[in-house]
Amino acid sequence: MISLEHINRTFKVGDELVHGLDDVSLTLNDGDYASIMGPSGSGKSTLLNVLGLLDQPNSGTYTLNGDDVTQFTELQQAKVRREKVGFVFQTFHLIPRLTAAENVALPLTLAGVDHAEREQRVRDVLASLSMTDRSHHRPDQLSGGQRQRVAIARAVVTNPLLLLADEPTGNLDHASGIEVINILEALNQRGITLLLVTHDAELGKRADRIIRMVDGKVLP
Amino acid sequence: MRLNDVVQFAFHALHGYRTRTILMLLAMAIGVASVIILTSLGEGARIYVTQQFSSLGTNLLIILPGKSETTGGAPPMMGETPRDLTLRDVMAMQKSRYVRQLAPIVVGAAPVSYRQLEREVMILGSTASLLEVRQLSMLKGKFLPEGEMTRSSSVCVMGYTLQKELFANQSPLGEWVRVSDYRCRVIGVLEEEGMSLGTDMGDVLIIPVASAQSLFNTESVFRVLIEARSPEVMTRAEKDIINIIRTRHDGEDDITVLSQDALLNTFDRILTALTYSLGGIAAISLLVAGIMIMNVMLVAVAQRTTEIGLLKALGAPRQLIILLFLTESAFLSILGAFLGLVIGFSGNWVLQQYFPDFPFEAPNWALWAAVAVALGCGLLFGLLPARHAADLDPVQSLSGR
Repeated sequence: MISLEHINRTFKVGDELVHGLDDVSLTLNDGDYASIMGPSGSGKSTLLNVLGLLDQPNSGTYTLNGDDVTQFTELQQAKVRREKVGFVFQTFHLIPRLTAAENVALPLTLAGVDHAEREQRVRDVLASLSMTDRSHHRPDQLSGGQRQRVAIARAVVTNPLLLLADEPTGNLDHASGIEVINILEALNQRGITLLLVTHDAELGKRADRIIRMVDGKVLP
Repeated sequence: MRLNDVVQFAFHALHGYRTRTILMLLAMAIGVASVIILTSLGEGARIYVTQQFSSLGTNLLIILPGKSETTGGAPPMMGETPRDLTLRDVMAMQKSRYVRQLAPIVVGAAPVSYRQLEREVMILGSTASLLEVRQLSMLKGKFLPEGEMTRSSSVCVMGYTLQKELFANQSPLGEWVRVSDYRCRVIGVLEEEGMSLGTDMGDVLIIPVASAQSLFNTESVFRVLIEARSPEVMTRAEKDIINIIRTRHDGEDDITVLSQDALLNTFDRILTALTYSLGGIAAISLLVAGIMIMNVMLVAVAQRTTEIGLLKALGAPRQLIILLFLTESAFLSILGAFLGLVIGFSGNWVLQQYFPDFPFEAPNWALWAAVAVALGCGLLFGLLPARHAADLDPVQSLSGR
């Protein structure tokens, strides 16, 4: 279970104080599928970053599985990111010098999982996304849709509770976009909590719950 | 993260950015190589000089007329003319019980001619003992005959080069040569030898000391080489000789005694200092290499901002990011140092082929120091970029591009 209470996040832009998140309260149950929609600069990505512990709120409480993670140290937060959160980015963020399998293995490598187990889990997750035959390709040898599938594999290889996808279809053509959304939804079906930031109203409507944001506030 | 994974990750990164890796390796390698080659030059000079002195014989004392004051103070107002060291003084020294044998030397330059050929060479006036004291060896014939040193005789011994120049392939033994207006019969030729203490023993003519004195019209002796009975009695021999001369010279200490030990120690100190300073100069290039590593690593951090953001998003804590980047710098330093050792030793080998007489040998401390400084520099200068990477804001690094 995820709950945000009165979260504020302000940025200083020049002399002006901008409210990235303005008193946001939100509760998500395990296995939820929600899309976050709103115009640019409405705070969608900031909300996602706070949920993923990449960004620290200025005030408020964020409870993840009963722990108040805003009180966690840097090391503990890194551990939460490593074990409980998976990220999917618009620009994939694959490391170009590593093969698909090595990119997928990266979170396990960082977590210190031993080689044999790593191989097994990477193989399984790539197989489930039908990417086995591409596992030794480098990102520049893959299509956009394939790259995003590798990125998704990387996000879920640690079996996280929460999958955060920031415009995952933004750099893809329509067909690959649908394909990626189908994969994400299939993962949600298996129990992962899925949060999807999107501009695309049609994609947003597919979610069980739509969170609309304007100027850093969540619309009721 | 496991250590072998850290190493592998760093290795992948270095492999991925080949140009920068090669450039940094080169900088490091040149630094280490220059430390090795420069200290080898210094150390080689030290060994070379030591060998030169050792070739003089180990229990050698050199007596110079006149007192060399090295204690400082204003120079005397009146020019101090040292009393000459005469053959009588030499014979008195020979009576010391610490002296095994001694060889007085009178030096001058004069043209030596044989038929139409003439050559200006150094003339050494000495006695039969010179052969052993200077550890010379004969190619053919005999050295100066034993006998009273005050008696002149018209014989001479030639250096190898002189013999070649005047006689070519003909044997000079028994031939008469002319030195200014003195004539002598050649009775021996020295073995071909290299330079010894700056004197080319190939291009000399050795005649009895008394003959040399009359040739150059002098009473005095230029040097006396004394071989002590054993290395243990060197200091006693030195005192004894000073005493002998003092009683003969009305209580004045007007000779200087140089022992080979003292000379060696002085040169050893000077040349060791030289080696250190050469090493220090070379260390500057290592430092430059270190700063270059810092620069390039900072650029690498800037280039890989998104990668660092990603690693953070995937749950890499600060320390791990620092460790990853430090491992990269350490890798560069270790590989660079290794490459430097290879280049340094190959350089020494090549130089050795060109200058076979000069020993090119890097002192052990220089090897360790070079490698240690290389690693130290790499890590020290890698720390700043690594911390810079660890401090990057993941949100901003991921939003870039």
